[in-house]
Amino acid sequence: MKQVLRIAITGNVDDGKSTLIGRLLYETKSLPADKVEDLIRVSKRRGFDSPDFSLLTDGLLAEREQGITIDVAHVYFQTPQRKFIVADTPGHEQYTRNMVTGASTSNVALILIDARNGSLLQTYRHFFISHILRLSTVFVCVNKMDLVDYSETRFGEIVDSLFSFAQRLGFPSEKLIFVPLSASLGDNITTISQNMSWYKGKPILELLETLDIESSRNAQLFRFQVQHVLRSKLPEYHDYRGYAGKIASGKISVGDAVTILPSQFTTNISGIDFAGTEVQSAQAGESVSIRLEKDLDLSRGDMIVKENDLPTISRTVEARVCWLNERPAKLRSRYLLQHGVRRILAKIDQVKSVIHPELLEEKQDSESLSLNDIGDTIITTATELFYDPYEKNKSTGAFILIDESTNDTVAVGVII
Amino acid sequence: MNYLKELESEAIYIIREVAAQFEHAAILFSCGKDSITISHLARKAFFPAAIPFPLVHIDTGHNFPEVLVFRDTFVQELGAKLIVGSVQEAIDNGEIHEQSGKYASRNTLQTHVLLKTIEQYGFDACIGGARRDEEKARAKERFFSVRNDFGQWDVKRQRPELFDMLNGKIRKSENVRVFPISNWTELDVWNYIKQEKLAIPSIYFSHIRSTFVRDNFIWPVSDFVPLTVDEKADIRQVRFRTVGDMSCTAAIESSASTVDEIIHETENAQTSERGARIDDKWSEAAMELRKVQGYF
Repeated sequence: MKQVLRIAITGNVDDGKSTLIGRLLYETKSLPADKVEDLIRVSKRRGFDSPDFSLLTDGLLAEREQGITIDVAHVYFQTPQRKFIVADTPGHEQYTRNMVTGASTSNVALILIDARNGSLLQTYRHFFISHILRLSTVFVCVNKMDLVDYSETRFGEIVDSLFSFAQRLGFPSEKLIFVPLSASLGDNITTISQNMSWYKGKPILELLETLDIESSRNAQLFRFQVQHVLRSKLPEYHDYRGYAGKIASGKISVGDAVTILPSQFTTNISGIDFAGTEVQSAQAGESVSIRLEKDLDLSRGDMIVKENDLPTISRTVEARVCWLNERPAKLRSRYLLQHGVRRILAKIDQVKSVIHPELLEEKQDSESLSLNDIGDTIITTATELFYDPYEKNKSTGAFILIDESTNDTVAVGVII
Repeated sequence: MNYLKELESEAIYIIREVAAQFEHAAILFSCGKDSITISHLARKAFFPAAIPFPLVHIDTGHNFPEVLVFRDTFVQELGAKLIVGSVQEAIDNGEIHEQSGKYASRNTLQTHVLLKTIEQYGFDACIGGARRDEEKARAKERFFSVRNDFGQWDVKRQRPELFDMLNGKIRKSENVRVFPISNWTELDVWNYIKQEKLAIPSIYFSHIRSTFVRDNFIWPVSDFVPLTVDEKADIRQVRFRTVGDMSCTAAIESSASTVDEIIHETENAQTSERGARIDDKWSEAAMELRKVQGYF
């Protein structure tokens, strides 16, 4: 069965991120000839002798003019085994916002390092973000190995430096994979490089194709938020009342005993429809419509869980928050907290500490959070949240904050 | 989960969010395979309830005739309401002016009519079939893309979209463009059309047509594009990869006459889907510049 793997790729402009993406597209024949011609033509006009792959993903005029990546771009390629969705995320320190955004929708992270420079501050920053967002695997691609004579020693130094950082973070070592490569020459991309016989692993594309992604979400407790209530005017569906939504985690079958939140009423599942077809069971990620035996009054944002598997119910949460907006956080003023599809009023009571990811140092008791800051906070909501700690459940453990005066999404948080 | 099912569930989730977060939403319907896919997904998202949005077609008057025939049948079967915004009418009223010259096209005139229609009906969200793999500016689009009261896309002030939480909060007079199949590629759409056995306009399949060659593109002969003295019409076996105006959509030579053959052809294609869109070749940033003005 062909599955989707979502990847967040990051690295500095000069680490060869665009070259790697270009190489992956090229090797998987995802780059039609006219796009290659376009690329060569525009590169020449801009004074480059060889194709400048960054032009493939830097789609905006401002990015092309300044030669930098401003915004997350998405790139797609596929092999017979898998469909890949790549979030190309800018690596500058000031774009932490974009790293978090790209990583939040990805299964794995791919961090590029220039073998000559080793780990930079933003390498640690991205690693830290991958860690707090609990990506299933981090691939560290040590690029430009050709420029360090394919040196095993140099590769080992970089591995050691990040390995000790990972240990300090408590990042599981089996989820950290190092690959030495040269994106521009094609070493260890689709085939094992003859230049690095000391490398005993697999080429990067094979690693991405074979990584086990059978969703761990299926093994988690059943969580379902009502997105929309479906009623029909068709005579044969006269009494139809379906609760539409995407299953956040776990599995559900017809007949299962469930509890509704916030009412805490209990009932049984009487039917499940997937896109207009009746099914007996459904699992995480599927957009379904659920029917209940009892005639209860559910509305958008209400949660359906299995009878004995209640989430935490509380008006106060401790959350690690990344601030995404130019206007700094205001303590004790109101924001709209969106948890899945449910919105409730909330305020940040306290910023316990601001974390410097590069150094893993914390600054205690800050009065605010500024753009790109990551901090631990205490948040109070107007009514009860039904959540799980992010570590246990990504879907019910994350939220965003919306500033009602601008309607901007100003922060993202994971509940500790 | 199988990749098509994952993409389908993602799109249905986004379409349902539109129904939940907005009061007056519409589906922008071009009669192309992507908007057919969107309409089909909308039907699935709300079944057995009716699709809670009308379909809006911005009619340039430069359509392929067989596409218009398809449109009317499709909308009727879907049971949805159709709203047509007419470029011809806007020209007749003197709101916009026809371009002149060899490359005259009504492509950019659509933007005016689109924005006027959005305002006239008070749409706060318009669902479109644009995909990120189509074009480099579209690669930067969000699922929910906020437009100001002039319909403009501010690329530097896009809201970050985290996890699957969509923020569609807007002020009055702003609106949101919604792209549920952002993550689909051309091939994904074709595989979905195959799986769901969707009907599509006949111009997608190989047929015999009177055409001429201009600037290395195969143009369809039509009343809208006069041939110059040294251009000559020839009969070719062609098909179209996208549905646009007859004055800006080029054909490709092809014998693919079934969805399976199209999938095979797409997998081995040497040109990209929009490689035959003359409107994208006007300049390096033709799409971004049009989008900033309020284009689809």
